[in-house]
Amino acid sequence: MYFPDDIDASSVVSVTVLALYLKELLERNDILQNIWVHGEVSNCKTYPSGHCYFTLKEGEAQIPCVFFKYARLRSSAPDLKNGMAVALNGRVAFYERDGKVQFYAEDARLLGEGALFQRFEQLKARLAAEGLFDAERKRPLPAQPAVIGIVTSTQAAALRDMLRVLRTRYPLVEVILAPSLVQGSEAPASIAAALDLLNEHGEADVIIVGRGGGSVEELWAFNEEVVARAISRSRIPVISGVGHETDFTIADFVADHRASTPTAAATAAVPDIEEWRADVLEKQQVLSDLMRDRLFDVEDQLKHARRDLQRASPRSLIDSRRRQLDDLTERLQIRIQHSISLRNERLRGVALQLHSLSPLLTIARGYAVVRRDADGSVVANVQQVQAGDALTIQVQDGYIPVEVRP
Amino acid sequence: MEELTFEEAFAELEAAVAALQDGQMPLEQALQHYQEGMKLAQHCNELLQKAELTVQQLSVDSTGALSIQPLELE
Repeated sequence: MYFPDDIDASSVVSVTVLALYLKELLERNDILQNIWVHGEVSNCKTYPSGHCYFTLKEGEAQIPCVFFKYARLRSSAPDLKNGMAVALNGRVAFYERDGKVQFYAEDARLLGEGALFQRFEQLKARLAAEGLFDAERKRPLPAQPAVIGIVTSTQAAALRDMLRVLRTRYPLVEVILAPSLVQGSEAPASIAAALDLLNEHGEADVIIVGRGGGSVEELWAFNEEVVARAISRSRIPVISGVGHETDFTIADFVADHRASTPTAAATAAVPDIEEWRADVLEKQQVLSDLMRDRLFDVEDQLKHARRDLQRASPRSLIDSRRRQLDDLTERLQIRIQHSISLRNERLRGVALQLHSLSPLLTIARGYAVVRRDADGSVVANVQQVQAGDALTIQVQDGYIPVEVRP
Repeated sequence: MEELTFEEAFAELEAAVAALQDGQMPLEQALQHYQEGMKLAQHCNELLQKAELTVQQLSVDSTGALSIQPLELE
């Protein structure tokens, strides 16, 4: 090969040599042979061969990466997708064919929300396999809780929201707050301890555990295993109310009842006092109706009994006998009356007859009747009287006393 | 009866209703249940009327014992 005169031919190296040199240079650097690097996945492409090629970017810099199939399969790396924040473990090498420095990944971990999500999925799968989310484990919530335990932060608006709901819906209830941290690294243990505390105290009929809305990281405590375990070992039914409607936490899956928000949790925990008012009123009504029916029944029975009694009473016999007696008496009277009037008729007839034969009629015509005063006998001939006898002559209108002359 | 909580009173009210539904019960006893039930309903209503939410705070003191005190929210 010809080199111009102004170049020292012995100092010129071929591309191959340079590439090999670069390769060696990188490969001899211990740091570069086992390094973690983090950035965002882009231009990701997995070939039918199973090798995955992508670019790891961060700020203005980027480095091409390759994740060979064999490396992927023996690692715990998730399937990489564009936009994922990942940390890669691997080595840096020079790929002479393309003339570029390349990162050869051996393992990959998700970072940030992605990492949280992965942990979430792993814990969820593990607890589900253990049966912690089973429907048979869910206990019914008490219909009429007297005491409600609340696990949340005293500082949070969520507590105020819950108390407002309870005050409005069901002020009969007593609230026992077991304060806890609800975010940060100490929150999971704090929540678990508060749940245990309420169980130790033992008076709550139901427990609400929750906090208001926040970022995924802020809600993260409710995705920790210690919290899940504390909920599952609670002897008191637990209602979870974490974040907003769209937030689902591990606590939600373990809880006996998942409410979408703290407010919804408080609502689910108690009945509405208005319903109670209606219930009391209804019971009162039922009570009155039952009693009224019962009294009607009794009144009815009484009526029947009285009638039966009257039928069975000796008085009715007496009454009937009395009626018979009255009847007989009446008939007797009628008969007597009849016989009397019959006799009267007869008497009248005889009287008339008598009258027509009466000597008075004869006297009236001017005849007289003479009686001896001594014995009242009628003087019909002379031999009956002697001189000096007192006689009485009866004429039409009276009596004339006379004396028989010598 | 004054001592009864709402829940207890309501449960007894339900029991009185159930008892009264038994038509075979002697009248005097039925009347007693009725009067008792009416008093319970009255008691329930009064409790609902004057109910006020109480909030207490549970904590562990330095000796490890549970303590409970009214919670004052500013």
